[in-house]
Amino acid sequence: MHTNEPTNRRHGVMAEFESAQAVVDAARKVMAHGFTKVEGYSPVPIEELNDIIHQTRTVLPKLVLAGGLTGMATGFALQYWASVIEYPMNIGGRPQASWITFIIPSYELTILFAALTAAIGMIVLNGLPQPYHPVFNVDRFAMASSDKFFLVVESADPKFDQAGTSEFLRSTGAKGVYDVDE
Amino acid sequence: MANHGPNTALREETPVILPGHDFETVTETVAEIPLSKRFPLGWIGMLLIGLSLAGMLHMALGYLVLKGIGIWGNNVPVGWAFDIINFVWWIGIGHAGTLISAILLLFKQQWRMSISRFAEAMTIFAVICAAIFPVFHTGRPWLAAYWLFPYPNTMGLWPQFKSPLIWDVFAVSTYATVSIVFWYVGMIPDMATLRDRAVSKVKASIYGMLSLGWRGSARHWHRYEVATLILAGLSTPLVLSVHTVVSFDFAVSVIPGWHATIFPPYFVAGAIYAGFAMVLTLAIPVRRFYGMESLITMRHIDNMAKITLATGLMVSYGYAMEAFFAWYSGSPHERFMMWNRMFGPYAWSYWTLIAINMVMIQLLWFPKVRHNTTVLFVMSLLIGVGMWLERFVIIVTSLNRDFIPASWGMYYPTQWDFMTFFGTIGLFLTLFLLFLRFVPMISIFEVKMLLPQSKVKGDHAH
Repeated sequence: MHTNEPTNRRHGVMAEFESAQAVVDAARKVMAHGFTKVEGYSPVPIEELNDIIHQTRTVLPKLVLAGGLTGMATGFALQYWASVIEYPMNIGGRPQASWITFIIPSYELTILFAALTAAIGMIVLNGLPQPYHPVFNVDRFAMASSDKFFLVVESADPKFDQAGTSEFLRSTGAKGVYDVDE
Repeated sequence: MANHGPNTALREETPVILPGHDFETVTETVAEIPLSKRFPLGWIGMLLIGLSLAGMLHMALGYLVLKGIGIWGNNVPVGWAFDIINFVWWIGIGHAGTLISAILLLFKQQWRMSISRFAEAMTIFAVICAAIFPVFHTGRPWLAAYWLFPYPNTMGLWPQFKSPLIWDVFAVSTYATVSIVFWYVGMIPDMATLRDRAVSKVKASIYGMLSLGWRGSARHWHRYEVATLILAGLSTPLVLSVHTVVSFDFAVSVIPGWHATIFPPYFVAGAIYAGFAMVLTLAIPVRRFYGMESLITMRHIDNMAKITLATGLMVSYGYAMEAFFAWYSGSPHERFMMWNRMFGPYAWSYWTLIAINMVMIQLLWFPKVRHNTTVLFVMSLLIGVGMWLERFVIIVTSLNRDFIPASWGMYYPTQWDFMTFFGTIGLFLTLFLLFLRFVPMISIFEVKMLLPQSKVKGDHAH
């Protein structure tokens, strides 16, 4: 979504790189220089980029574990409640609460809840769906999903200053440096 | 291990993708198809065939709802026939997709990346076709909701959770849901690529919505990779459980020929075997028609043929063990069941299946055969037939002559059985063609991960 009206506010400065290696090297320099509000963009996952810039790992696995356990409990409780409490059927005198036969639906619901948590969790933690983001204002950014790599230093960074940051990014080997409008 | 194994240097293998590709050419080759304005004549022709067959399915099911399931050939003593044969056949075919996208991901098999997307699509469409059979076998599919799913209804009824049929509902519906979720999550970054490349505003906004505003930030990718790995880890036990549970539909009963402990692994192997044959059936013409030979290389074809051979041998072992168990059990009913299979009125189906699944697949030992796509294509179609016959044999020959000779009877499918079956093939074809045309059929970002441009040297040992 491009806005044509000029704004004075800047989201930050964006630098373009040719390869994964180049953007990772540049990210190391940017972080070493003391910037804190930085984000990298790439057409392929680069594990190092997140390690260098954010130095944190996602909580997603813990959420998935919780989701899976919830699924298992839901499956077992549903079957126990339906077969023992709400709608007991006496078939050949077999026990109502035969937990062995409850294993499979509980197992399937474990996987179902865990998988949905993984997918929805990833989307929600990533703040998606999000149709607008300032980086899309840079025309060159369309290449971020094809074959170019980008680093953005945001204006919210305490060390940010328009000219100085652009200059610094150029020195890290960027092929191009662009202003990102808010 | 795919690329770095010690053997790679010794065996001169075709690379996973042919040389000459960079990020731009990969994007271009794959994204061009959904974004182009052309509808190739071959595609339209195939779509018309698919739609005609799907129309036939519509008619067959419409008539079934009007008249009842009496229009099908199954009746006492063969109460289950085409409905469950086709259900098991389709569900089995789906398994290869999940195997490629989940199990091969966990094993870091890089060759899976070019074929995972359309193998997963195949899974989803196969599950859709499979679901039609049990749902319509209920005769009143609008009532099947409370027969199959546990939800509080005004009649206060609940399903019988001690029945394998209900386990099957849980297994198959979970499988369908997780497969769709995994498929969609896998497509999000590629949808962003299409959004950024689309010239037309309409396409850009449709693909833009489907991409959810993906922008490929480091944080996005990190969570994405974690989520994908977890989904693969979850899909692996899931896919093994689905055909296991399908086999419980038979194994938990007391019918000779069904009540066998070997069924779960035997069914899972058969499913993967049939599924890989189907992937070959689809991949061989698709790569030629769309000129994808540089991304889906002979390495893929060769590897898939090898997996088909390996799982086919497991299935052959299953056939041998079924016969052995029947003899070793000492039970006259078990022994008679096996005799009836081999020499009874349906002997032709048993021996055809042995000829295909046990004898013909031995050809796959020869590299010459594995590198001849025409021969492989024909073989993959025959394997589809063979695996269909396997289910026919298991189901019909176990039921048609049971414990009491007075209740014996023959089963003959009716025209409606055939129309429904071929109709689902048409539905599958239609869905698959639409997928090829409107969705990137190869995972763009995953193939890019194979290229040197995405490799990073550094102090991290990944």
